[in-house]
Amino acid sequence: MSSVYEQLGGEPAINAAVDIFYRKVLADKYVIRFFEGVDMEKQAGKQKAFLTMVTGGPNSYTGKDMREGHRHLVAMGLDDSHFDHILCHLRSTLAELGVAQNLIDTVISVAESTRDDVLDR
Amino acid sequence: MPTIRFEGQDYFCAEDETLLDSLARHGVMLPSSCRAGACLTCMTRALKGTPPKSAQLGVKDTLAAQGYFLACLCKPVEDMEIGLASVSPRYTARLLGKELLNESIVRLRLDIPEGFTYRAGQFVNLIRASDELTRSYSLASIPADSYLELHIKKVPEGRMSTWVFDEIEVGDELSFFGPSGDCFYLPGSSERPLLLAGAGTGLAPLYGILRDALEQGHAGPIHLFHASLATAGLYLIDELRRLADAHEQFHYTPCVLHGDAPDGGMQGNIVDIPGQVLGSLSGYRVFLCGDPPIVNGLRQKSFLAGASMQDIHSDPFVFTPA
Repeated sequence: MSSVYEQLGGEPAINAAVDIFYRKVLADKYVIRFFEGVDMEKQAGKQKAFLTMVTGGPNSYTGKDMREGHRHLVAMGLDDSHFDHILCHLRSTLAELGVAQNLIDTVISVAESTRDDVLDR
Repeated sequence: MPTIRFEGQDYFCAEDETLLDSLARHGVMLPSSCRAGACLTCMTRALKGTPPKSAQLGVKDTLAAQGYFLACLCKPVEDMEIGLASVSPRYTARLLGKELLNESIVRLRLDIPEGFTYRAGQFVNLIRASDELTRSYSLASIPADSYLELHIKKVPEGRMSTWVFDEIEVGDELSFFGPSGDCFYLPGSSERPLLLAGAGTGLAPLYGILRDALEQGHAGPIHLFHASLATAGLYLIDELRRLADAHEQFHYTPCVLHGDAPDGGMQGNIVDIPGQVLGSLSGYRVFLCGDPPIVNGLRQKSFLAGASMQDIHSDPFVFTPA
């Protein structure tokens, strides 16, 4: 069975998804402090890599990357509540793109599997 | 088997091997992260040879136009030379004109040196020959002009700008490297609206991009917002009004933070004004130039107002204090 990434339409679809997803994140006052002062283009690149990974597209991310990439944020207080907000934005982004519920569930379960790495525990 | 030249060495790339893997096999570790064309970490520039189109997926159009591509997606089909930057020759040009545009901004017009080509909106690095002091200035001219034009702001006790204001004279020879920068207009999709916004001498590249877009027949709306602290800091107002009269698709809005705005202008923070006037920026191509806080603020607001990240081009100026 093809991946959600392929079913969505591959790279161009992920590009569109990144714009929607990142806009939701930037508009969220609860998590915005973790994104202040970062280069928006680099951040969009990371989010594209993240969306590619959780939709099952080509990637080579490891738990170690997720852990090291977020450690400075954990030191700033990043916890489960912030992670939950990001999952919500991911769910609504996919829904906005018309992705079926069962596929959203698949994507969320992949994203969920990174929780302990992201929160460094 | 294509040959890849990097930093003076030749490397052979095997069939069906990516450039990133091939170089790594030879011990050359380019920075990389996702290795799947998403994160853009391994973006590299083709100085010679053409990367396959598939290696430029997700690369911003103005960067792709300059040969940038993703090493992790690139399976070379021909010999290439790659690197971070092409080495510019040092150009020398005669100063044709020097004129104040307002009390703190001077316009320089230079001869176009033999062999120098550029895209409107790019910048050059001007060099003071006596001590090699170097500063970046955007080109306000377009390639069809018979001169190169720079707008230089007087920085209090700034070494380069004081020299430019007080010492150089028409007829002098000036040196520079360049061009550089990826804030420029590309033809195609000429119906899409353009937003040009910036402050101070951020107008220089925007003026170039504006005239270039008009020259290339851009048909969609073009909105230029030029800001200064107060009216005295604005410049080229008459020229821009004339362009707006001559081209119905072009709209010019001078903006001031303090005091009364000129006719047709607005008072307020430039970071907020384009969104207030235009509403949704979905589908816009956006060009932002000037001080980094203003450019970064405008970039975020433009993105939140619906412009796609791929369509936002910016050139934050860094001012070197005295």
